[in-house]
Amino acid sequence: MASFGSALLALAFVTALAAGALALWGRQGDRRRVDLSRRTVYAFCGLLTACVLIIELAFASDDFGFKIVQEHSSLETPTFYKLAAMWSSQEGSLLLWAWVLSIAAALSLWSTRNKLREIVPYATAVMMGVAAFFTGLMLFAPDVQPFATTTGATDGVGLNPLLQHPSMMIHPPMLYSGYVAMTVPFAFAIGALITRRLDAEWIRATRRFALIAWTFLGFGLLLGARWSYTELGWGGYWAWDPVENAALMPWLLSTAFLHSIMVQEKRGMLKVWNACLVVGTFSMALLGTFLVRSGVLQSIHAFGDNTVGPYILGLIGVVVIGSTLLIVSRLDDLRSPKRIDSLVSREAIFLVNNLLLVGLTAVIFWGTFFPLISELFTGEKASLAAPWFDRYTTPLAILLVLFTGIGPLLAWRRVSWESAKRVFRLPLVVAGVTLVALALFTDASHKPWALALFVFAAFALTGLAQEFWAGATARRKVSDESMPAALVGLVTRNRRRYGGYIVHAGVAVLLIGIAASSSFQTNRDVNLKPGESTVVDGRRITYVKPIVEVDSEKFTFAQKVRVEEGGDVSYLRSSQRFFKPTGVPVGTIGSYFAGESTSEVGLEPGPKQDLWIAPRVDVADVQRRARAADKGFAACVKGVPGTPPQCKALGALMRASAANPALRSQALAQVSKLQGLAAENVAESYLGDNAPVTFKVIVNPLVTWMWIGGLIALAGALIAIWPTRGRRRGALVRTEADARKEAKYREIRDAELDHAVGKLSDEDFAAVDAELREEALEILDDENGAKVPVGVNGNGNGTNGNGAHVHDPEKVEQG
Amino acid sequence: MDPQRKRKIRLVVALSVAVLLAVALIYTSFSASTEAKEPSELLNATPGTSYDMTGEVVKGSIHHIGNGIAFRVVDREAHGKGKALPVTYQGTVPDPFRGGREIVLTGSLENGTFVGEPETLITKCPSKFTTKSNG
Repeated sequence: MASFGSALLALAFVTALAAGALALWGRQGDRRRVDLSRRTVYAFCGLLTACVLIIELAFASDDFGFKIVQEHSSLETPTFYKLAAMWSSQEGSLLLWAWVLSIAAALSLWSTRNKLREIVPYATAVMMGVAAFFTGLMLFAPDVQPFATTTGATDGVGLNPLLQHPSMMIHPPMLYSGYVAMTVPFAFAIGALITRRLDAEWIRATRRFALIAWTFLGFGLLLGARWSYTELGWGGYWAWDPVENAALMPWLLSTAFLHSIMVQEKRGMLKVWNACLVVGTFSMALLGTFLVRSGVLQSIHAFGDNTVGPYILGLIGVVVIGSTLLIVSRLDDLRSPKRIDSLVSREAIFLVNNLLLVGLTAVIFWGTFFPLISELFTGEKASLAAPWFDRYTTPLAILLVLFTGIGPLLAWRRVSWESAKRVFRLPLVVAGVTLVALALFTDASHKPWALALFVFAAFALTGLAQEFWAGATARRKVSDESMPAALVGLVTRNRRRYGGYIVHAGVAVLLIGIAASSSFQTNRDVNLKPGESTVVDGRRITYVKPIVEVDSEKFTFAQKVRVEEGGDVSYLRSSQRFFKPTGVPVGTIGSYFAGESTSEVGLEPGPKQDLWIAPRVDVADVQRRARAADKGFAACVKGVPGTPPQCKALGALMRASAANPALRSQALAQVSKLQGLAAENVAESYLGDNAPVTFKVIVNPLVTWMWIGGLIALAGALIAIWPTRGRRRGALVRTEADARKEAKYREIRDAELDHAVGKLSDEDFAAVDAELREEALEILDDENGAKVPVGVNGNGNGTNGNGAHVHDPEKVEQG
Repeated sequence: MDPQRKRKIRLVVALSVAVLLAVALIYTSFSASTEAKEPSELLNATPGTSYDMTGEVVKGSIHHIGNGIAFRVVDREAHGKGKALPVTYQGTVPDPFRGGREIVLTGSLENGTFVGEPETLITKCPSKFTTKSNG
């Protein structure tokens, strides 16, 4: 099976190269070659899917002939984690990368099969180039072949207990999918640059992929934060660890990209900027892939010595240098004749938010790579800790929240003073009230940064609520729907806009959670014996009693903790678990302390605050007794005089089994039974120790809202991604011209909506509407002009005929 | 003002802000950073200066003292051998921490002992993506 898998992988490599070559061969417009290359990409996707299935089947069936299975799974590993174990390995994670890329490439080519005929061949070549690179790594780089085999193993090493958490199933694939899906917008951007087709078409075709990638990456980050908060006993959800930063940087850049492409789509501006952003995002995604595999920076996340780092660095070099040269050579084509009309318009705010996001990325990049930079200049590796990051990222994040609130309140192109007053009044009032209330009734005034964030978030959330309210009210004027129905109708008819607003609201809520929990946290270490209690932040915390559990793979030392607050009493359970080392047969009780240990946090979440408790158990006495028991057991088996009668029986059995192999399993079973009993005795001796436990007690205010905000943002992103009705029917958007028309109609509808909700004054709306209709007519003219050689009515009638549609964009949209 | 000039002024303002931010970034990063040192370099380091110590915990050297722990570390390349640096630390101990593991700890030298600052202990988890086995 393994050699079959190897063959499939080699075939996949050849297929990727062939697909790229075919696409380039057909670049002059030979449709058959391009069609063939697209189908070859589908085949590539199929081949890698087969490879992944073979590996997963090997994991599921405990086929320890596969090296990857032997090293990352075992008979005892729960089935759920067997399936996740693939990406805990270097080679498996590379396979996952390539597989997700093959899916993204196939989907993107399928969705553009009738569009972008000039760009697609180059985009295919770029995607297949990257795919061939990663597939090639698995074939030619040392030590990362997923189908490598071993012989003679009957059990595996197992998945590290630290990784045995439900998040392991989704956190890594989410991050990988996010990284990988960034390849699609990058590839199409390169195609657009090469062919000088630099209008918004490549953006329209790949916007959804960028959004999907952004969503995956964001969700992956959120899951990672949650995992470290609940499991690892660090008490934090973010540590400015290089690997965390490596995932955050492409996310920030893609956030900027998703905003600035709207400016290009609607106004034809910021083309150079967008090209740079997409290259930057993809390079950051590769850098993230590289960082986990290189060992160049110190990190909590795993870094071993390994072999693929230099190759990935090479790829990053090629991407950055090649793209820069390409952008520079196309500068003349990228220049836009248009300028931003007014500093008080949505595009101007987008520009500011872009600068903030890029600034944030630059700060994090500098901080993350500072050890290398400092080594370069001073010869000493020096690193920057969390306070340095906080100093810069806090003000930038606070400003971002402010602009998150301002952006949605402004219309595209221009805003008059009158309409600005109308839309800003309520959010400003609410922000003012929030400021006064927080300053008077809470201790928020001691933390000016947090206070500023709360006030700006109140501003943003009110502005967003007002948007929904005004939109729904405008809708109810023309139809007599109920308010909830109008809200649902509003969102479903304008998914991109209102999905985006929901994301904004989620991010504002998330940042409230971060600001509150980081600024107003109570964090104490308390040392308690069973029965003792202490008061932390108004709660009486009592260590009621220790609990000990023993099974074949671990000791669990748990604590029952009582929490009294006001009249309310609740109980928490925290624990520390000590695992035997995985994969090596060890027969001693002391070995329970030779493997990993993990902390299970006792968590009482609440809308106001979380109470978080992690124990640190002192097991020195238990370890000492385990060693003594091991010695006693060895003496017992040897049958030293004075040992109890069972020992003599066991000793006799052992001697008999040495002579008669048939008795071996019986002897071994007897040994492990007695040893299990001894281990249980040793572990339970802890109960009599009355030993103190050091509890780390954290009271985290409002932290729950961080997770809720993240989920709100996720929901908003899904709403924005969900295909519109017309698209799902596959009726309308077929060709590039259709896409351009549809985009322009949507803009007209947006302007009408902005007018209806009062963001655009009557005069501004009249001006903007006229401009948009003019542009729409230009598109139709172009289209008809292009049709002249084939069509019959190239004489202006068509323009009028189509012009009628422009005046009724709703109808066109619904088809 | 003609628009050409206005744009130029805007560009200059934006660039100045960017340069200022960059200078602040560079200045503070060099002053706020802590130097990374290996145990062997720290044996003769200046007492009282803050360092990031990266080293390998000597197996069997960990014991509890009061609220904290004490252990010894050696250079990563030394693999458990060589002259060891005594370390004390109070605060959260990460789950993967144990003998033989690589750690990063911020602290300073006091009377020949490296005293770690609370909550700065990082243990590198060797489980993922390692090519050599570990115990």
